[in-house]
Amino acid sequence: MTLVLLFILPLAAGAFAWALARRDETLCRWVLALALALGLLQTAWIWVTATPSSSSWLAEAQWPWIPSLGISFHLAVDGLSLLMVGLSYLLGLAAVLASWSSIRERVGLFHFLLGAVLTGILGVFMAIDLFLLYFAWELMLIPMVFLIALWGHENRRYAALKFALFTQAGGLLLLLSILGLHFAHGHATGVYTFAYSELLGARLGPTAALWLALGFFVAFAIKLPAVPLHTWLPDAHTEAPTAGSMILAGLLLKTGGYGLIRFMLPLFPEAAERLAPAAMVLGVVGILYGALLAFAQTDLKRLVAYTSVSHLGFVLLGVFARNDEGLRGAVVQMLCHGLSTGALFMLVGALQDRLGTRDMRRMGGLWAKAPALSIAVLLFALASLGLPGMGNFVGEFLVLLGTYRVSAALAAVGSVGLILAAAYALRMMQVAFFGRAPEGLELPDLGLRERAVIAAMVLVLLWIGLFAQPVLMAATPAVGMAHSEQGTVLHPIPLARDGMGTVPAPSERGNAP
Amino acid sequence: MLLQPFIILAATAVAQVLLVAIRRSHRATFGLGLVGMAIALTALSVVRPSSLPDGTGVLALDGCALFFAVLVLLAAMAVLVFAFHELEGRVAQPEEYYILLSLAVLGALVLVAANHFVTFFLGLELLSVSLYALIAYPRSRDKQALEAGMKYLVLAGASSGFILFGMALVYAELGSLDLRVLSDALQGLKPMDVGPTVVSIAGAALLIVGIAFKLGLVPFHFWTPDVYEGAPTPIAAFVATASKGAVLALLMRHFIPVRGYGAPQLMAGIGVLAVASMVGGNLLALLQDSVKRILGASSIAHMGYATVAFVAGPRVSSVGLPFYLLAYFIGMLGAFGVISLLSRGSRADRIEDFRGLAQTRPWLAAAMTTMLLSLAGMPLTAGFVGKLYVAAAGADATQWVLLGALAMGSVIGLFYYMRIVLAIWGTRGHDPIRAVANWDRVPEFPVPLAGSVLLSVLTFLVVALGVYPTPILRVIEAAVWGP
Repeated sequence: MTLVLLFILPLAAGAFAWALARRDETLCRWVLALALALGLLQTAWIWVTATPSSSSWLAEAQWPWIPSLGISFHLAVDGLSLLMVGLSYLLGLAAVLASWSSIRERVGLFHFLLGAVLTGILGVFMAIDLFLLYFAWELMLIPMVFLIALWGHENRRYAALKFALFTQAGGLLLLLSILGLHFAHGHATGVYTFAYSELLGARLGPTAALWLALGFFVAFAIKLPAVPLHTWLPDAHTEAPTAGSMILAGLLLKTGGYGLIRFMLPLFPEAAERLAPAAMVLGVVGILYGALLAFAQTDLKRLVAYTSVSHLGFVLLGVFARNDEGLRGAVVQMLCHGLSTGALFMLVGALQDRLGTRDMRRMGGLWAKAPALSIAVLLFALASLGLPGMGNFVGEFLVLLGTYRVSAALAAVGSVGLILAAAYALRMMQVAFFGRAPEGLELPDLGLRERAVIAAMVLVLLWIGLFAQPVLMAATPAVGMAHSEQGTVLHPIPLARDGMGTVPAPSERGNAP
Repeated sequence: MLLQPFIILAATAVAQVLLVAIRRSHRATFGLGLVGMAIALTALSVVRPSSLPDGTGVLALDGCALFFAVLVLLAAMAVLVFAFHELEGRVAQPEEYYILLSLAVLGALVLVAANHFVTFFLGLELLSVSLYALIAYPRSRDKQALEAGMKYLVLAGASSGFILFGMALVYAELGSLDLRVLSDALQGLKPMDVGPTVVSIAGAALLIVGIAFKLGLVPFHFWTPDVYEGAPTPIAAFVATASKGAVLALLMRHFIPVRGYGAPQLMAGIGVLAVASMVGGNLLALLQDSVKRILGASSIAHMGYATVAFVAGPRVSSVGLPFYLLAYFIGMLGAFGVISLLSRGSRADRIEDFRGLAQTRPWLAAAMTTMLLSLAGMPLTAGFVGKLYVAAAGADATQWVLLGALAMGSVIGLFYYMRIVLAIWGTRGHDPIRAVANWDRVPEFPVPLAGSVLLSVLTFLVVALGVYPTPILRVIEAAVWGP
């Protein structure tokens, strides 16, 4: 029951907030913010109280939904899901606070859509019925399109429709693959079900498995985004309102990475092995391509958007390294990228609200005008370029470590991305925040609300950066399932040796066989 | 017992004719039609479903036919309400409209329950002939309606010719006009053991062409957008739902169970029609600027989706197709209903006419959005579950080519539905010319009570069926497979 509440809370609160907005817009903001804070607390409560039992899930909820097709409303969380759920609530809260003063039109509708998109995202992170996964996957789409199209910037209609079409194409591919898996399993065993646990054991022919895995892969790769499928991202991120960009970069992209770890690798271990080399190459291409394009941007939001392409390349690389280091690194990278990029979008949004432009060439010398804002940007820029001590460093380091065990060449090329990251981050700082300020530039500094949000995010990043153990442990069961079934583990080293974690007790490894 | 619903509807039409002869009254004729349909609905609800035909051997109300008969009647009643609002005070002699509508519904019901080529053709013609007049009803003030009526007359007449000739050829081959004999033959149980002959193939092909005309499948779709645009809005809704649904119901009753195993070429041909409709219909919709034309083109695509389920065979389709059509009915009725209610006060045709609707009429905007999202197959709406079922039917039969076309069509579909939706929710503030658009210029016009209640019910149904479709799925399962 708690999980259902956790799933439905943002949507319900959003609807309630919408109803209130006619009377009092501030109240509407408070309602959604409080609800999200409540959700965050609830997540923390599950995290603290749940003890890994013999069941692989920390909490579970299941009801029959469309029994004639074998569909049930089945939510469950393990450590990985819980991390992502916590991230969703945290960033959702930050998004509400970030739009506190910048969204003035149709406040009620805005908060309803924000709640709806969060519910979709939470559904993806908690669903273990594949149909429910697809349901939640599609649920994210329409509210996000509305957020971009109604509150976005100059080119919003184009960006919104492009986002809608890419996502819908990926979603339908996912649906077809899910149905293919459902019926392949059903024809073979006579059990027609969408249950994750049941389908894990599906026996498929190698060709069928490869095609279905490819469908899952492309669907998730569009969201991630992997490089040839990324073109929706810069437009959507740039044109979306601040809160929309935060949700897009911080959460929506993570559903792709999460999907790969939770669904694609465990469901199709052999096919994943065959796809892995190509996927890793795509990851490396993404790292370099995203970083190079980020370096060339003058639009701050677009710059941050391209850094996402680069950082999510690390996630793809780590996931398809298919070993403990790579997968855990990918998880940490997803969390930290969500926080640091969410924060960067918030800060760039704040800049745009204050200056009326996102063009770096029209900025300069901001450090003197708004020190708090500048320091915040610097902190998150450093985090995103992988400064040791911040969580992103842990993620990227582990990913490269895991990649090295599979292919030294890819790891070497991938690590060039770190240098490029330093280049674009420092260029951004130099052009926008140092140098001489243009005439008549006025820039009020961050307010208390914004400072509080930024401080919270920095603290979490530092926490992960300095003490990653709990995060790594929480991700262990899911990570174990994602790679332990592969035929040949390339370098099965005990976890204790990497100095980052201890060997988990068997019970914590979940139901990994 | 079995014939009662048909008799009641026929009697309704006669009573309406007599009423008009005595005294012209818009309200009374409308009320009589509504009451007649309600009584027919009650009569339907006491019929015990049975696949055995009545004494004449030409009509049978099995569970599937009953389900579709109820669906068609309910859709017709919704059309009736919207038509009443639209005609009120705007057409000089609106009474005959309701007589024709009663006859059209009777034709659709006969078609749904047809068990014989005679009733098939009788129902089809009763439906089509009534529609010729209905489409062109506002002929004196609207030349477009006249054009649409003529187009429909010529093309539907031609397709009736095809069907009739096809029937003749099939009869020459089978020696029977009974549809069950035909479906048995298709299944390969009876004659035809020498394999299909030229005559039977030609007959089947002609029948398929004729039916494809009626359903508006590509490449026999040309009339659809024109008719939808020109016809009075409620009639467009009727053509989109009851008329097409009745034809599909007939096909479903007789041909889904046998799935043409005896004639794979037939199925391949229908598959080609399905792919062409899904891709072609959606592409056609992209090019339109008029919302009614978009809905027309999208209904081509929807018939293509339905055909996928038809090709895929009975295991999933026999429940999936009725549900899909239910969702499609509600979506189309709701969307046309909103247009019809809006057109009382102002032009409601171009996409631009809908810009900013959410600010002036939030409830109508919400209803229209829900309907369009359902037609696009977005989650939390009935269309989502419907699309799931169609896709599942295709996946079950491993028809990957059809599914690929379905996916592609849906992506294109989302684009044009979102164009309308974004216009509805968009603002006009950025464009000084648009700032004085439509909805501000027209004086406040009240949305009539019955229409808003009906729209609320339809909207509720869309969401309810999308969130928890199990109860209605149980009803369909019981109807199709017996209790």
